[in-house]
Amino acid sequence: MPFIPNTDADRKAMLSTIGVDSVEELFSDIPEKRRFPELKLPEGLSEPELLKELEKMSAKNLTADRAAWFLGAGAYNHFVPSVVPALASRGEFLTAYTPYQPEVSQGTLQSIFEYQSMAAELLGMAVVNASHYDGATALAEAIIMALKNDPGRTEILLPCDMHPEFKEVVATYLAAHQAVINEYSGSPSTAPVSSKTACLVASYPTFSGEIYPLEDGARLAHDAGALFIVQADPLLCAILKSPGAQGADIVTAEGQCLGNSMNFGGPYLGMMGATATFMRKIPGRIVGETKDKEGKRGYVLTLSAREQHIRREKAVSNICSNQGLVMLQACIYMAAMGKNGMKTVAGLCHDKAHYAAEQIGLIPGYKIRTRTFFKEFLVSTPVPAETIFDRLAKRKVVPGLPLSRYDAARPNELLVCVTEMNTRAEIDSLVQLLKEVAQ
Amino acid sequence: MNTTQEPLIFELSGEGRVGCALPKSDVPHYQLPAGLERDALDLPQVDELTVVRHYSRLSQKNYSIDTNFYPLGSCTMKYNPKVNETAAGLPGWRLSHPLAGEKYSQGSLELIYKLQASLAEIGGFKAVSLQPAAGAHGEFSGVLMIRKYLLDRGEAKRTKMLIPDSAHGTNPASCAMAGFETQTIPSGPDGNIDMKALKAALDDRVAGIMITNPNTLGLFEKKIEKIAAMVHKAGGLVYGDGANMNALVGVFKPGEAGIDVMHFNLHKTFSTPHGGGGPGAGMIAAGKTLAPYLPGPVAVKNRGQYGLQMPDRSIGRVKSFLGNFGVLVRAYAYILMQGKDGLRRIAENSVLNANYLKASLEHAYVVKYPHTCMHEFVAMGDVAPGIHTLDIAKRLIDYGFHPPTIYFPLIVPEALMIEPTETESKETLDAFVEAMLAIAREAVEQPQLLHDAPVTTPVGRLDEVQAARYPVLRYKA
Repeated sequence: MPFIPNTDADRKAMLSTIGVDSVEELFSDIPEKRRFPELKLPEGLSEPELLKELEKMSAKNLTADRAAWFLGAGAYNHFVPSVVPALASRGEFLTAYTPYQPEVSQGTLQSIFEYQSMAAELLGMAVVNASHYDGATALAEAIIMALKNDPGRTEILLPCDMHPEFKEVVATYLAAHQAVINEYSGSPSTAPVSSKTACLVASYPTFSGEIYPLEDGARLAHDAGALFIVQADPLLCAILKSPGAQGADIVTAEGQCLGNSMNFGGPYLGMMGATATFMRKIPGRIVGETKDKEGKRGYVLTLSAREQHIRREKAVSNICSNQGLVMLQACIYMAAMGKNGMKTVAGLCHDKAHYAAEQIGLIPGYKIRTRTFFKEFLVSTPVPAETIFDRLAKRKVVPGLPLSRYDAARPNELLVCVTEMNTRAEIDSLVQLLKEVAQ
Repeated sequence: MNTTQEPLIFELSGEGRVGCALPKSDVPHYQLPAGLERDALDLPQVDELTVVRHYSRLSQKNYSIDTNFYPLGSCTMKYNPKVNETAAGLPGWRLSHPLAGEKYSQGSLELIYKLQASLAEIGGFKAVSLQPAAGAHGEFSGVLMIRKYLLDRGEAKRTKMLIPDSAHGTNPASCAMAGFETQTIPSGPDGNIDMKALKAALDDRVAGIMITNPNTLGLFEKKIEKIAAMVHKAGGLVYGDGANMNALVGVFKPGEAGIDVMHFNLHKTFSTPHGGGGPGAGMIAAGKTLAPYLPGPVAVKNRGQYGLQMPDRSIGRVKSFLGNFGVLVRAYAYILMQGKDGLRRIAENSVLNANYLKASLEHAYVVKYPHTCMHEFVAMGDVAPGIHTLDIAKRLIDYGFHPPTIYFPLIVPEALMIEPTETESKETLDAFVEAMLAIAREAVEQPQLLHDAPVTTPVGRLDEVQAARYPVLRYKA
């Protein structure tokens, strides 16, 4: 095995230093009848055999390089510049541990500081942490922050039109809390906040793509003494007002769209930012700038009195391992794209999505249901959306998400996503096929 | 190591530069929503080569497994095979979408199904969910499963979770998130759980116990089956923290020894890279009592087709989509390469290497619990007056080694927790021993060398107090 360098001669010499006769002796604390059980697994594979096996298996998936791709719903097909994986996969980043020893981790630490800075600018927040497992768990932890912020308040207001999996994750995380989750429809500015509301949550945009301005919702929440939490699309924030600029106390986001492949749903990037008020209450790792003994600028993990390795059961969260490398990919993506590239990508998504919606809206039997949107919109279809999916997939077009996959009562609704990866020709072909399938 | 100061990416910015060529628009322009247009977006503007040099130089300011020995206790910093990266980067995985539908995702579902089955076999469990994204996420899932099971049995009064004093901080933090109060169980003089204290704690409010085995002293809990039986008899359940599973793969199946639910850190035992903090994967396994409570969905196989299913009494989703899939691909690739016999060799060599280091160092560094260790052991760094573990750790850096885990577990003062893993050669271990012994001599003869260390790094010891007191958490021009 190429991953174990010890030879028989090495083992012999080491056993002699230890003063035992065999490796087996080192395991004598383990109950004898349970020691060295047989494993019902296949024989080990060589490297070429392994790759062949996995290539074969992976080829059974329908992938975005083999179809015109209009499926999003929380996992997005954006362009990943070559520099992003090329740099993030450098062994010095890839195989480093959490930067608890700052003198030998300045590469990771400075990158996190740069990520925090760029993400904070994008989301309009004072502080951003070094990541959560994904957007859904980031939101769940933000809601727990709100519950802890005022233990007298127990109501959580979620939009009806929020990603169903986000709702499920929030419910799981709150299982042990005395909290009541209620849902509101439409704009956050019309949500029924009360003196019991711990937080009003808004999606920016909603699951079906609808963009509601946030300022009135923020005011409504704050007037009632509640926190205003926004779950945002970070790319949208490159061209539209940030949640922070509209009064959010905490912003969470799924950052996969920033330089990370779809990867069958993970690893993704849970982003969380907050106003300065919550700097010492936010979960997760945070990097701060400081100086060494000679006055040289350097970076350290800081405010760790919030965290589990210091506070144990009194910590603000149990989070330890995060999504560091995915965060690094987002960092390099934002740096490479920069101000102009981010606006260009977001603008392309916006314009192409609107072109697609306009064309689809012209087909008899189809109706665009989302009014104000960014890159994703909901379409009512004349035949079941699942039928459309199957028929178009045969023609190498993946038309979007049939909502029936989450809610059987909604068979004729298709959530369509358009990104900078979709050409006008692909959009025209989608439109043509939608037309054909309705006839 | 690159010791020259590297500016922040913002400080390299020049108006109008861009680091990626993007397509021109081939559709008309549409108006953005009125009143919502963003004004300023103050991100850096840099060309592509500047991005490449900047992050390449930053990377050179890190120690990593690829460049340095990294004997971090309880972190299992073993070699991360490069083929794992090739495997995870296959376009069939990378460009697959979690909501494409079961029919169009047979490859991914097959991998999930087979990895679930392999891990169940390795751990001796009935069922596995690959949803949790990290060890702590697995712990949280596991204690939520215990909570829901107890509620189903009408035992809401069982709110107390027992946790040995050698446990990781995530154990009590995960319990708190799942609504449990925690009671600490002390370790006995042999470093194992104090059985008397355990017995005294087992009242009718006990929900269960969380056990890390081997524990963070690197010792196998010899009475694990007896402990499980006692807890079960008292009406509680047993959670296994698999952080240290590297010592046990192919050696011992926790699921056959009374553990009801357990997480493994795939980023430790199963060789997926730590990535400077993540992503990990904290799969959770359960025996027959708790299997219906696993987080979902999990992969199933019916008539040759793979699909997804929620376990009957599932605690629900703990994450969107299907776990950290890219990490799962790496772990599965590793298991396939090891095969049925390779896994035991991992445990054997990791335990051999740890005991070799222990035998080579214990005359110079006190090992408080000197019993034969498993994959790691805990030494003490106060080798001379005025010298602390931190000094030893920082001086090791000047010798080109990443320090061991320090000041943990909390029950050993001045702890230096050393885990070499099976992927290090005898030559590397000997070089580390030589450095440790040289530092022990320096501690007596030239203590200032230790207090001043490190001196070979981009920065010296940093002012952490200032960082926390006057936080600067983002760049300001």
